[in-house]
Amino acid sequence: MTRRTLRALPARVFLALFALFSVFPLYFMLVSATNTSQAVLGSRLIPGGELLNNFFKLASAQPLGQAMWNSTVIAVGTTVLSLLICSIAGYGFEVYHSKRKDALMGILLLAIMIPFAATMIPLFQVFADAGLTSTALAVILPTLSTPFLILLFRQSSRAFPREMIEAARIDGVSELGIFFRMYIPTMKATYAAAAVVAFMNAWNNFLWPKVILINSDSMTMPMLISNLTAGYVTDYGVLMLAVTLTSLPTMIIFLMLQRSFREGIVGVGK
Amino acid sequence: MSLRTEAAAPPRRESPKQPKPEQHTSPMSRRRSLTGWTFLLPASLLIVAMNFWPMLQAFILSLQTGRGARLGFAEPLWYNYERLMSDQLFWMTLRTTMTYLIVQVPIMLILALILANILNNPNLRFKGLWRTAIFLPCAVSLVSYALVFRTMFSNDGIVNDWLVALNLADGPINWLGQTDTAQFVLVLGLLWRWTGFNMIFYLAALQTIDRSSIEAARVDGASALQTFWYVTLPQLRPMILLTAIMSTNGTIQLFDESYNLTQGGPAYTTMTVSHYLYSVSFEGSPNFGYAAAVSYVILFIIAVLAAAQLKIGDKRD
Repeated sequence: MTRRTLRALPARVFLALFALFSVFPLYFMLVSATNTSQAVLGSRLIPGGELLNNFFKLASAQPLGQAMWNSTVIAVGTTVLSLLICSIAGYGFEVYHSKRKDALMGILLLAIMIPFAATMIPLFQVFADAGLTSTALAVILPTLSTPFLILLFRQSSRAFPREMIEAARIDGVSELGIFFRMYIPTMKATYAAAAVVAFMNAWNNFLWPKVILINSDSMTMPMLISNLTAGYVTDYGVLMLAVTLTSLPTMIIFLMLQRSFREGIVGVGK
Repeated sequence: MSLRTEAAAPPRRESPKQPKPEQHTSPMSRRRSLTGWTFLLPASLLIVAMNFWPMLQAFILSLQTGRGARLGFAEPLWYNYERLMSDQLFWMTLRTTMTYLIVQVPIMLILALILANILNNPNLRFKGLWRTAIFLPCAVSLVSYALVFRTMFSNDGIVNDWLVALNLADGPINWLGQTDTAQFVLVLGLLWRWTGFNMIFYLAALQTIDRSSIEAARVDGASALQTFWYVTLPQLRPMILLTAIMSTNGTIQLFDESYNLTQGGPAYTTMTVSHYLYSVSFEGSPNFGYAAAVSYVILFIIAVLAAAQLKIGDKRD
C-alpha cells in the first residue's frame, strides 16, 4: 500500500506543481487589482484596499463602460447567431446527408487551414468600402460561421435519435419545427460547449477588432487594456484591475458551463 | 476521428434502408433534400464569402503595388514575392515564428499528454479541482495574460524580486529586453495558456478508451510506461493529430502575445510573422499588396505543415 502511494508520488507532485503554475498568474492578477502600482512592483501578494481607487482611476481615464458594452454586444451577438447558423448547418449535414452535402462539408473544412492573416486585408477593404468600419456588424460577420462549430454539431447530431424525427414527421411537425422544438432542447450539452467556444473567441478576439474598429467609441475591452501600456508610466494596479475585468466574464461562463463543455467537446472527436 | 477521414465518406447507419431510385423519384424526399440544403446555406455562404473569397482576393492583391487606393498590377507580376526574398525582417520574423513552433508545440503536447494521463487515474482524488485549475488559463484572453506576464517579468517585477531574494540571480534580469529571455517568457506564456486546452481534448479521448485493454496489459506484466506507449498512445493518435494541427495553426498565426507581451522587441527579435504582417498592413504607410504577399507565405506554410502532419498521422495506421 505504501509502496503504491510512493510510486504515484512523482506524478502527484508534478500535477500539483503544474496546477500551481496555472493558478498563480491568475491569483497575482486578482490580488494586484486591489493594490497600488508600487505594491504590485513590491511583490505584495495579499489583497489591499485599493480596488475602488483603481476602479475610479481606470473609469476616469478610459471609456470603460462603453468598451464593456461594445464587447458584450459583440460577444453575445456572435454567440447567439453563430450557434444558430452553425447548428442548423451541422444538423442539415447529418440528418439530410447526401454525397453532395458530404463533398461540400469536405470543402468547408478546408477553411480551417486558411489563416486569418490571409483574409484580413481583403475583408478590411470590403468592409471599409461598404462604410462599415467601427460597427459591431463588421466584427461579427467574419467570425459567425466556423468549420469547427459546424463539425461539432454534425458529429454530435449522430447521437440524436432518428426515431424522434420520424415520429414528429408522422405527427405533421414541419422540418424546421423538428429542429427548433426537438433538436435544440435535446442537444443542450453540445450547445453549451459551442457557446463556451464562440463566446470566448468573440470576447477575446483582438486582431480583427483592432483592425476594423477605428473610432475610439467602438473600442472593445482587449483593445482598451492593450492601450493601457502605451503611455510612459504604467499604473500596474489599474492595469491588473482592467485585465481582471476583461477576464471575469469568460471565466464565469467557463466555470458555469465547464461540465457541459467537457461533455459536449467529446463530440468533435467522434 | 481525424478531420480528413471524417470529411471523406463517413459510414451512415440508415442509408441502405432506402433504395436509390426511390430517393430521387419521391417528391417528399426531394423536398426534404431541398430543406436540408436551405439549412446548410447560411453557414456555407458565410464561409465562402468570409474565407474563400477574401483568400482569392488576397492573391490578386499580392500581385499589385501602390499605396492606399492607387493599387495597380505590379511589373513584373511577382514583384512583391521577389521583394519578399530579400526582406531581412520578413525572414527573421518567420524564423522566430518557426522557433516558437518547434520549441513550444512538442513540449506543450507532451505536457498535456502526461497531465491527462495523471488525471485519468481512477485513484486520483480532487480530480475536478486539478482539472479546473489547469484549464482555467484558457478562460483568460490572450491580451490579458500577455499583460499579466509582462507585469510579472518586468524589471522590478515579482519574478526578479523572488530570484534575487532566493539568491538565484545577482540582480534583476532584463527579461523582456534581451532576445533569449524575451523569447523564453513568450514560450512560457504560451505553455501556460494552452497546455490545459490540449489536455481537455486528450482527457476526453482517454475516457473513450477501453480501460480493460490497459488493465490486460498491466496483468501481462507491462510497466506503466510500456502500457502508455504501446496501448494508450496508439489509441490517442487521431486526437494527437487534431491537436497538433490546431496548435501548429495557432502558433504560426501568433499575434496577440508578440504585440502585447514583448511588443516584438528587443529590435524585432521576438516579433512573429503575423505581427510583421500587421505592421506592414496598418502601421506607418500601409502597403496592402506587399502585406498580401506576406499573408500568402503564411497560408502556404500552414497548408504544407498540415498536409505533412496528416501524412505522418495516417502512415502509421
